[in-house]
Amino acid sequence: MSASASGFRVRIVALVRKEMRQMLRDRSNLLVGFLLPVALILLFGYGLSFDVKNAPVAIVTDQPSLGARELVAGIEGSAYLSARPVATMAQAEDLLGSGKVDAIVRIPVDFARREGQGHAPVQLILNGIDSVTASTLEAYIAGAVSKALAHRMDRGQATGGEAGQVEIVQRIWFNETSNSTWYLVPGLVVLIMTLVGAFLTSLLVAREWERGTLESLFVTPVRPLEIVLAKLVPYVLVGLIDLAMCLVAARLLFDVPIRGSLFAVLLSSTMYLIVSLLLGLFISGTTRNQFAASQVALLTSFMPAMMLSGFVFDLRNVPVGVQIAAQIVPATHFMAVIKTLFLAGTDWAMVMRSVLILGGYALVLTVLTRRTVRKRLD
Amino acid sequence: MNTAHAARFGPSEEGAFVVRAEGLCKRFTGPDGKPFDALGGVSFEVAAGRLTALVGPDGAGKTTLMRLMAGLLHPDGGSLSVLGHDTRREAQAIQNRISYMPQRFGLYEDLSIQENLDLYADLHGVDRAIRAARFARLLEMTDLARFTARPAGQLSGGMKQKLGLACTLVRVPDLLLLDEPSVGVDPLSRRDLWEIIAQMIAEEGLSVVVSTAYMDEAERCDRVHVFNKGEQLAEGTPDELRRRVRGLTYVAPPAKDEPARDLQARLIDAPERVVDAVPSGGEVRFIRRPECALDTLGDLLGASPASARPEELEDAFMLLLREHETRRADEADAARPASGLTMESATHFGAQDPQSVIVVRDLVRTFGDFTAVASTSFDVRRGEIFGLLGPNGAGKTTTFRMLCGLLPASSGHLEVAGVNLRKARAEARKRIGYVAQKFALYANLSVRENLEFFGGAYGLRGRALRARIHAIEAQFELEPAAQSGTLPHGYKQRLAMAAGLIHEPRILFLDEPTSGIDPLARRAFWRTITALSQSGVTIIITTHFMEEAEYCDRIAIQDAGKLLALGTPREVRAKAGDAGRDMNSAFIAIVEQSRREKAEALEQRRAGERAESVA
Amino acid sequence: MDRILSVLFMILTLIRKELLAIFKDPANRIVLFAPAFVQTLLFGYAASFDLTNVPYAVLDQSRSAASSELLAHLDGTGVFRRTATLTTPDQIAGVIDGGSALMAISIPADFADRLAQGRSAPVQLILDGRNSTTAGSASGYVASVATAFNARHGGGGGVTLVRRAWYNPNLQSRWQIVPAMVATLSMLQTLLLAALSVAREREQGTFDQLLVTPLTPLQILIGKSIPSIMVGMLQSTIVLMISLFWFHIPMSGSVALLYLGLVTFTGASVGIGMSLSALALNMQQAMLYTFLLIMPLTLLSGLITPIRNMPQVLQIATYVNPLRFGVDLVRRVYLEGAGLGDIYPDFLPMFAVAAVTLPLAGWLFRHRLA
Repeated sequence: MSASASGFRVRIVALVRKEMRQMLRDRSNLLVGFLLPVALILLFGYGLSFDVKNAPVAIVTDQPSLGARELVAGIEGSAYLSARPVATMAQAEDLLGSGKVDAIVRIPVDFARREGQGHAPVQLILNGIDSVTASTLEAYIAGAVSKALAHRMDRGQATGGEAGQVEIVQRIWFNETSNSTWYLVPGLVVLIMTLVGAFLTSLLVAREWERGTLESLFVTPVRPLEIVLAKLVPYVLVGLIDLAMCLVAARLLFDVPIRGSLFAVLLSSTMYLIVSLLLGLFISGTTRNQFAASQVALLTSFMPAMMLSGFVFDLRNVPVGVQIAAQIVPATHFMAVIKTLFLAGTDWAMVMRSVLILGGYALVLTVLTRRTVRKRLD
Repeated sequence: MNTAHAARFGPSEEGAFVVRAEGLCKRFTGPDGKPFDALGGVSFEVAAGRLTALVGPDGAGKTTLMRLMAGLLHPDGGSLSVLGHDTRREAQAIQNRISYMPQRFGLYEDLSIQENLDLYADLHGVDRAIRAARFARLLEMTDLARFTARPAGQLSGGMKQKLGLACTLVRVPDLLLLDEPSVGVDPLSRRDLWEIIAQMIAEEGLSVVVSTAYMDEAERCDRVHVFNKGEQLAEGTPDELRRRVRGLTYVAPPAKDEPARDLQARLIDAPERVVDAVPSGGEVRFIRRPECALDTLGDLLGASPASARPEELEDAFMLLLREHETRRADEADAARPASGLTMESATHFGAQDPQSVIVVRDLVRTFGDFTAVASTSFDVRRGEIFGLLGPNGAGKTTTFRMLCGLLPASSGHLEVAGVNLRKARAEARKRIGYVAQKFALYANLSVRENLEFFGGAYGLRGRALRARIHAIEAQFELEPAAQSGTLPHGYKQRLAMAAGLIHEPRILFLDEPTSGIDPLARRAFWRTITALSQSGVTIIITTHFMEEAEYCDRIAIQDAGKLLALGTPREVRAKAGDAGRDMNSAFIAIVEQSRREKAEALEQRRAGERAESVA
Repeated sequence: MDRILSVLFMILTLIRKELLAIFKDPANRIVLFAPAFVQTLLFGYAASFDLTNVPYAVLDQSRSAASSELLAHLDGTGVFRRTATLTTPDQIAGVIDGGSALMAISIPADFADRLAQGRSAPVQLILDGRNSTTAGSASGYVASVATAFNARHGGGGGVTLVRRAWYNPNLQSRWQIVPAMVATLSMLQTLLLAALSVAREREQGTFDQLLVTPLTPLQILIGKSIPSIMVGMLQSTIVLMISLFWFHIPMSGSVALLYLGLVTFTGASVGIGMSLSALALNMQQAMLYTFLLIMPLTLLSGLITPIRNMPQVLQIATYVNPLRFGVDLVRRVYLEGAGLGDIYPDFLPMFAVAAVTLPLAGWLFRHRLA
């Protein structure tokens, strides 16, 4: 018994050493394992943002009035908007058409008169091609307009009527400044784990099939499970190094808080990493062809992690069918936990639940993967 | 040796047999979707402590049998036990005790020699205490000790093979399986490989099963099993097998001024009377059919007097195969010579046109500080068959690629049909044909589609293209609808030839066209080449089957980028002196002499430098 | 004349061979077209920023007619779904943290009194910022509900914003994303196809065979580019069809102009792919290089986040990204109905990329050997 245990240890160590060397000597592997994550961290941290800042808004005042001026001042005062007074509507439409402004606010001729009557429409024209920016802008402009009015009312310049005003005082928890980087960066952790896990490892077993090395590996005392385990180790390390890079970058470069316990972050990340590694190995062992393996890996793990996990697109907004599909994707469970751990804090019940779910995936995938590398050529 | 053996195999283990197969069947699904028997009920035994050969042409089932013995495939019928374990139920137990070298050696190309050895030693649980001595011995035997840090991917084919073998010998296995260990390896490396195997058997009493297509290798074995198309045709000691062709083997010199290959062509074109014919040492060795007496061959031999010669294993092999093929009455017989080429009178181009179509002067190619081809000069005359021979890594392929314009020369003068192909316009390239080493074909296109593409790429179209495709399909007996990727190796080679000849080039370049091809297919191939040459096509060919040099008008031997010998096969043999009995030994002698001289020169220079420094 | 014809025929032969090699493999047929279908549908349904079903919690300490009316308004939008009714403020953390509500509305006890007194009545809105984009949209909705409420009660100073969104009247994010897929999805695969086309031949040894034929590198380049472009156009067409007939996103521009733009765009992508192919030593490298490139190209294309939100340096870098201009061009022609006069600036960078990469690839064919 102890002889076989020591045989196991020697073999595992030998195989792990072999996998490490192969990984370190293949430059393209390292590029995807380290360079791509760094590039993604920088891109996501600095490059991508849904936040509207200084959006150019054309303002057409058909007839100047005190009310109109105050309205314009309200828009100009907003940090999100940058007002651009324009003389005629035609000019403004040209600007909108050519993408030089994102919206037109038009204060019509009879604004002052109708304001007095208590019903003064102000026209807002948006460029709907970028609907997200457009919706955000609408909210900002509405906010700026109502602020200006409230200001006037306070000074008794506007007809407020006798009824009071409902005023929305909003607080955004976890992300006080509503900065999209704060949720993109934790999501990136999921993306990078998927990349290192599924995409890189999808090539591993297939490569050995293609090069014919498995054939001679099989005719040794090695057990299939040992081959699988040894392939996991180096990439778990790469994944953890990438995780560390993400954490450091999040904290130091992008000032994203990490409010949860570091242990919980590590635990759930390692769990997810193992699941995606196993998925990659399973795909690789099933296809036995590097090209097919990488395609399948992209389609079944990377795309869903990007699209269906609630990374950018909130799962609450999608049809029920897609929501069910999303629940099947392991990334969804990790995404919820990692965002909470970064931004909200440690919710142990949530962490344990998803760790259990991921553990279930890992178990099933180990069994399946072990089968794909059974020692048979037919 | 025998006591060591008895210790390892207790008397309980089925006497002295390491492998026992009964009615062994293995079925695969063919490319056409129909199942076929890779092995159709084979029974045999392999004795312990012996060297056993499995021989047979492509598709004989050798590799399938190897994989079955290694427990990597499960038999569909019959039983197979290895070292007393059933391969179906106890594959792991077998795999713990045997070593196996697959055809592609199973090396990790990005790991170094040392790392590959360490890996396999760890996996086989070799004790660290004895490891150092074992490695030192293996490295010494394989002559790899100088390169232990070099990645396996950067080794030559021969070195990879030796390393592959070393990896299987990190401990003494109870059975060693070697699947075609010498495919695509030059004669020098092949000789080294067999010396190692012989040494291990002598010293450690190994049981070895080796599959091979080389008869000179089978000759070294204790027992030979001959397979074809999944059946075992014969088994016995080499002597027993040789006895089957006793009295059928002859040698005949060609008539004066006639190349040996013309006589060989006449003989091999009469398969109903002659089993086999090959040129050798300026003469032609042939085997008559048992039912045809020698005097019925008078019209083929002409004035040449045939004399009996001692039979060899290859003769027996050829006879067994021909008889089996006749029994199967197999229409698509890879061994039948291509028929479409007309035999023009041998004298027509017999005396070669003195005009040179290829001129090479002081050709040099370097890669960094490595000189792949060093100052090489030769001419090839119109209508000649010119052979470029050399061990792996000698610079043959580099020279070849420069000739075809695929690689710029570092310096020197190069002319093919009056132009340098690298700079030549498209028109010049229409005159040459090129068959690459790996039979470069589009694997998922059909035979017809491949031919249509290459025809079109050479500017053929419409009716001319169709006519040419029909002609060449008939000539090489190709099935137009077959998918080229799934063709057997011999057919792929024929398709590659057809693609290279579709535009009727005047000069044909062939890069190792017979590598990995069995003797039957090689005969057919050379028959096509000699017929082409007779119709005036100039042929430049590289090969490391030295006996094939006998088909050439002139040959050049290269080693380490240098041209060592140039001339007719007879002249080259003469240059090797006593060693030049046959081309293989002549080649080895010439290459070794050059390497010795180089080593001596180096030694002298070092001695000189030492003397100077002392002074 | 005959020479030209002969050359054309040789190129046609090469194109035919490439197409056969691609389409004869059943796995290829699936890999090239199934993902286009699946991904378009996936993006169409899953890639949505539009709120449809926002769970929220209520802490109504006022329990007045006014507060009920405000909440009824909220429920009436169809966007919000009440999942919890709370009784104390300290319950808020529970529902937000666990994710069972995206937001909590807290109406203070003096809400109705303050309204009646004509004072402003603050309503506290607590949002889950873990997806700040969704949070922002939700807050916008609530604000508009409040404005409407005020207007009904004669408040709000009587000023109303009348919104009109050009090119996408309901501001659906699907309209923003699906047409952009016409360019994005085809890029992903044409790049890979082009990158693999030479690498595969090199690995199988057929590339040498090709180079010794009378075909010149330029002719080989043309013969290899056209099939990739054709496959790209086919994929674009599939996505376009799904966009038009499945998602019913109306097309305002000229189909001819759209395809002109797509050909230019695909040409530039193929040029990049061919150059990668000539650089890679084997298929594995070609694949990894492509993948390394695809990620930044997609992220920096303005597909999901606007280019304008990027730092200046990155904005400049996007000029070499054909996808940026491809996405812009398709969106503007498709949704806006832009004419050639409007969008010719999009063509220039794509032409430039094609003009550099295609000849570079041709040169590399012959010089990256050995």
